[in-house]
Amino acid sequence: MAVTESAKSSHHHHSAQDEAFAKLLEPIYQGKKLTDPITTAKDKWALLPAFLKVKGLVKQHLDSFNYFCDVELKQIIKANEMVVSEVDPNFFLRYVDIRVGLPERQDSDSDADITPNECRLRDMTYAAPVFVDIQYVRGKAVIARNGVCIGRLPIMLRSNKCVLTNKSEQDMALLKECPLDPGGYFIINGTEKVILVQEQLSKNRIIVEADTKKQIVQASVTSSTHERKSNTYVLSKKGAIYLRHNSVSEDIPIVLVLKALGIQSDHEILLMVAGTDSVYQDTFSVNFEECSKLGVFTQQQALDYFGARVRTSRKILTTRKSYAHEALEALATIVLAHVSVKNLNFRPKALYIAVMTRRILMAMANPQLVDDRDYVGNKRLELAGQLLSLLFEDLFKRFNGELKMNIDKILKKPNRTEEFDAFNILAGHGHTITQGMNRAISTGNWSLKRFKMERAGVTHVLSRLSYISALGMMTRISSQFEKTRKVSGPRALQPSQFGMLCPSDTPEGEACGLVKNLALMTHITTDDDEEHVRRLAMVLGAEDVLAISGQELYAPGAYIIFMNGTPFGITRYPARFLTRFRKMRRMGKISEFVSIFINHHQSGVHIATDGGRICRPLIIVENKKSKVTPRHIKSLKAGKSTFEDFLKKGLVEYVDVNEENDAHIAIYEHEISASTTHLEIEPFTILGAVAGLIPFPHHNQSPRNTYQCAMGKQAIGAIAYNQFLRIDTLLYLMVYPQQPMVKTRTIELIKYDKLPAGQNAIVAVMSYSGYDIEDALVLNKSSVDRGFGRCQVLRKYVTTLKKHPNQTMDRIGDRKSDEDGNPIKKHRIIEGDGLAAVGERVEQGESYILKQVPTHTANNPAEDPQNRLGDYKDAAMNYKLADPAYIDKVMISCSESEQTIIKVLTRQTRRPELGDKFSSRHGQKGVCGIIVQQEDMPFNDFGTCPDIIMNPHGFPSRMTVGKMIELLAGKAGVLNGNLQYGTAFGGSKVQDMSEILISYGFNYSGKDFVTSGITGESLQAYIFFGPIYYQKLKHMVQDKMHSRARGPRAVLTRQPTEGRSRDGGLRLGEMERDCLIAYGASQLLLERLMLSSDVHEIDLCEKCGLMGYSSWCTTCESSKFVTRMKIPYAAKLLLQELLSMNVLARIVLEDEFPNKL
Amino acid sequence: MAPSKEELERRRIVGVELERVSNVTSTDFPGHYPGEDHSWNLNDFKKKFKIDIHKANDLDYEFDLIGVDASVANAFRRILISEVPTLAIETVFVHNNTSIVQDEVLAQRLGLVPLRGDKKGFQQLRWRKKSSDEPAAEATDFNTVVMTLKVACTRNHATPATETDPHKLYFNSSVYARDIKFAPQGRQSSWFSGAGEIRPVNPDILLAKLRPGQEIDLEIHCVLGIGQDHAKFSPVATASYRLLPSIKIKQPITGKDAEKFVNCFPKGVAEVRKDKAGENTAVVVNPRKDTVSREVLRHDEFKGKVELGRIRDHFIFSIESTGMYNSDELFLQAVQILKKKCTDFQEKLMES
Repeated sequence: MAVTESAKSSHHHHSAQDEAFAKLLEPIYQGKKLTDPITTAKDKWALLPAFLKVKGLVKQHLDSFNYFCDVELKQIIKANEMVVSEVDPNFFLRYVDIRVGLPERQDSDSDADITPNECRLRDMTYAAPVFVDIQYVRGKAVIARNGVCIGRLPIMLRSNKCVLTNKSEQDMALLKECPLDPGGYFIINGTEKVILVQEQLSKNRIIVEADTKKQIVQASVTSSTHERKSNTYVLSKKGAIYLRHNSVSEDIPIVLVLKALGIQSDHEILLMVAGTDSVYQDTFSVNFEECSKLGVFTQQQALDYFGARVRTSRKILTTRKSYAHEALEALATIVLAHVSVKNLNFRPKALYIAVMTRRILMAMANPQLVDDRDYVGNKRLELAGQLLSLLFEDLFKRFNGELKMNIDKILKKPNRTEEFDAFNILAGHGHTITQGMNRAISTGNWSLKRFKMERAGVTHVLSRLSYISALGMMTRISSQFEKTRKVSGPRALQPSQFGMLCPSDTPEGEACGLVKNLALMTHITTDDDEEHVRRLAMVLGAEDVLAISGQELYAPGAYIIFMNGTPFGITRYPARFLTRFRKMRRMGKISEFVSIFINHHQSGVHIATDGGRICRPLIIVENKKSKVTPRHIKSLKAGKSTFEDFLKKGLVEYVDVNEENDAHIAIYEHEISASTTHLEIEPFTILGAVAGLIPFPHHNQSPRNTYQCAMGKQAIGAIAYNQFLRIDTLLYLMVYPQQPMVKTRTIELIKYDKLPAGQNAIVAVMSYSGYDIEDALVLNKSSVDRGFGRCQVLRKYVTTLKKHPNQTMDRIGDRKSDEDGNPIKKHRIIEGDGLAAVGERVEQGESYILKQVPTHTANNPAEDPQNRLGDYKDAAMNYKLADPAYIDKVMISCSESEQTIIKVLTRQTRRPELGDKFSSRHGQKGVCGIIVQQEDMPFNDFGTCPDIIMNPHGFPSRMTVGKMIELLAGKAGVLNGNLQYGTAFGGSKVQDMSEILISYGFNYSGKDFVTSGITGESLQAYIFFGPIYYQKLKHMVQDKMHSRARGPRAVLTRQPTEGRSRDGGLRLGEMERDCLIAYGASQLLLERLMLSSDVHEIDLCEKCGLMGYSSWCTTCESSKFVTRMKIPYAAKLLLQELLSMNVLARIVLEDEFPNKL
Repeated sequence: MAPSKEELERRRIVGVELERVSNVTSTDFPGHYPGEDHSWNLNDFKKKFKIDIHKANDLDYEFDLIGVDASVANAFRRILISEVPTLAIETVFVHNNTSIVQDEVLAQRLGLVPLRGDKKGFQQLRWRKKSSDEPAAEATDFNTVVMTLKVACTRNHATPATETDPHKLYFNSSVYARDIKFAPQGRQSSWFSGAGEIRPVNPDILLAKLRPGQEIDLEIHCVLGIGQDHAKFSPVATASYRLLPSIKIKQPITGKDAEKFVNCFPKGVAEVRKDKAGENTAVVVNPRKDTVSREVLRHDEFKGKVELGRIRDHFIFSIESTGMYNSDELFLQAVQILKKKCTDFQEKLMES
């Protein structure tokens, strides 16, 4: 008994990912035994599952959200901790602490844990309360209260505040959640919302750019602090250098600025900017002239000059400060706001500007010394946590503002009946934050007053088309660039993307290159403490930069140490400093995500601790030896150590894009040379999760891989383990999905083999019947009969039973019966409760919810004179689609606002038909052109018929060699009874595959001797024949086919409506019209454009040229000259609209052939 | 003028070359060769025609069909796949289905279950017109076979709490084809009685999985149909043929090459033997076993020394029955159907 008990408990400790990882620990994992010899060269990829086990695929989002909840919230509270009253100086309210609780339900009748799936089904928000601890003044005492709820924060699924954290697969099943679901999204009012990763230029860093045409060199910095964001530029115009800032009305000479910052000596300025380099000194010397021409020599003069040009946004009411005062304030807090000024010590800021100026001088002397905006090292990724933190701070400030206003209102009252307790106001005030958060996430509009930021489209509905599309969305990065601009730079593939961003996965068309995807093994940093790193740098021998003159600063061999872009120290032994710093990092003295790199051009050592940098793990190489040895891999495979241990032991480390430039990375172990510093873990990790599905992508033409990345997201397959428990607006599912015969390592890692989207079809590459031209496919009817490509479409229909202001409520009515007592045709499938029966077939026009609404809903009895309060009218929901469906589910529940909500899920099961779209995994899409009887299909010596015949013309121009190798490997796998691998830069070798084929009596090339099923004779060519993984895409004819002879017309113009959903007409467009004009088919034109559209008969008076009616001209008051004629209704409408704005248009009629005949 | 024996032999061979197949079409029809008479002649046919049976199991049948044209062999193949009528599940009336498998999917799965029963009984069955034809034929004991499937899953309380195997934990956790029960109508009980009861060929086909509280309750109607209509009516898993391979060694292959030559073929096709001079020489033993992998053509050392081909009128026919009829019966039925088609056609010709 004791044994079983302990076994059970240990079983319980397995986390969700552990179970998947457990496979790795099994004695045989993917054909490899634990006892097999382990070589790092081959098995170092085992680090990858270990990495993903710790990090997961969407770890960036989770880390960022956790950081927001655990760290940033506290910082925000700290920055806005006091609420004081303007009325009562003794009053204060201080926030002491803040924390986020666990998600809980708002309806109080149950105290069970709320689950994400319940939120999805009941259209609720998955949110947790935010608690604060406060201290405030009540009467004369200071009171502390803990755990006051100030609002509800939407919780990211699988974050550490989510109920799904550390749940085993069994627990997940009980919660009706899919263990393979990556999480990282929010549920707002029942819809799943993702906050996409945003790509931005890094903040607080100097970017030097040159415009060769205008001869401008500029160094710009976007300063970003909690209070404000602003841009500061130092730029050269006609040889002279100026400072430009939004808050200053004109460009200020740089020397003047430095003087205003307290560096009054020209010599000191020269040294700070140019050092002892005579070239730089010469270039810079003009600027002194500029300043002295303005008559500015002292700091006071400079401040006066500067202050006079500061734009003040303050109201005129406040007393005007002196110019110098204003200049000091602007320089201290607005210009380069991120360089903080303490005790009016402007030295750091002066130095910063000097460094910017020097960069300009350098770029002027050598135009190559400019920065690249598109370089990934100059980018920062903004994640959900950061965006939420911006939003939360804004809302929190507004919350405090409202709180203060309400407190003031009460404190203003001269004699209060009871003692004032601020807690009551605080407690009844939670809507600002709750609703603000919900609204922002559900609409995607991020509007922040502080930064005047208005951003739309930050969030997106999580696409649940397939598992891959959901996963692909979580790794997507959107850029702030305008899509419409036709610039190539930001769209181009950057060499620095290597290993960080997927080179294949980007959309085609307008967003091409602007929307990117993370590679498989990336991590995005969160902010780290700067102070700790600064102290370490000092210990390692950095000298304080503020204590050093310009001469020493730029002395040869001296390197300035920058901390997040700001100079703070100097070292004369940069190499030693660098290696020691890295050693400390590998020892774990500082965070593993702190990066350090050296820039020899600028003589600078840069340390970065800021968040949003992309980095990836690499194996450390020392003395031509990989630090990861077979022993380590063995202990990893045995489950004795984890990826964290590897980090702690200093065997692997995270390297960001900038530091990658300092590294010499060997891809394979045998490539390690004396200068190698790192070893790649696995080369295929340069691809992302979506591109990782492609077998042998390294054999394909690159655009094909990109096409597949777009199509993989449209493939119909399994979506999640809980797919039958979900009620989505639209869900596509495949009836018999299969895992691919040719897998990749990525497929295993992202578990696509457990939620696949496609089937292994036997493909014959040959021409057949002519119905296969232009990429069309020939399908075998028997395969279709047996379930190939069969899919289901599930649609949701939802309604709520509303409560109206006059106490009336919507209700569900009864089905109507005919004389015989049988339900009428329309109510055929309705059961006694007024809802459709589950399992019934519903056809066009039939009702499935017999909803009724009260005839009068207004609260005003005057509007209801007959007092028909009890009357209802039918508002039944009818099935509108032409193709019938089955009722799959009916759900009755109530939403958060206590309204009854009814969801009906309908299901269609579709077999493939002519025009359905299919695609292999190589960007080779095609529609089904014909479905052929099995006996007509060609067959090989074994009697095998293909499921799909594909035209060979698809190959030469597309160059998808990977597809051919997939077929070969698949065929070998089928014969051998195992799965083959097509991992990028690896996978099964063609030679091995051919040998397997030969050993089973097949031709080495995969081409079979095939007999025609129609004539019974052998085909004259050998046919490339074997399995290829085919995906069925969501584009199906049934959803698209449309035709119309006559039908509805638009009310205003009487022209046919537009679009399939409105049974619209098929437009003869402008270009088609042009053809007809050119051809001279005037009668056809007349028919198409008028008679078949909006022909209208009018009564026209030939005398006055105006329209009358009933053969009567109202203008001439006669019927003498009235004739009837046909014109387009739109033309008649135009004339009348013109008339309505006092423009009279007369129609003059004329015989085209006068007096003939 | 009659062609020489070599010429006739040459015409019988479909050439298997490195990258193409040559002489695919038969040429022994009247008018192709000037001065030769190729009109069909019963005596000639009787002389040439031969059937050798190589394998004869109930479900797997392999025989050589020698001396017919490809069109005839193909006609049998096509009829076997698509025109021999069988009984299969056509309509499913769902009384209750609370399993995870949706009604349509379950119905499709049921349809593909091959059925068997008394073969004489099947002769009593007639076609049933499709319901889309007006007026729809009524279901009678002559045209419809009724079966039921009624399974409910319950918990097995006798198992220990630690048990995780659903087969032990629950009763009826899996629904198999054997759970489909025949419900004879009218005279059917006499046609299909005892061992001749209509039942699935393979009782272990998994149809659905259930968990406690779920149940499946169906009434199933089976009708006769043909493979052309739906693959479920096809009586064969597949029926196909291949041509007998021929391997001709034109120049002796000796020594190490002989070894290599033998390894280019599956086991038993060729052997190394000592020739008269005592040298190791490759000889072809049994070309029937060759899979036509053309491996031998890849190697330069055999260039010009070997000629691959297939014999045009020697069909190695294989029929895999799904179980309603035995494979040999199926072939005879196919012959009957072809015969019927011919007589029908003849009649029509005569009429006009």
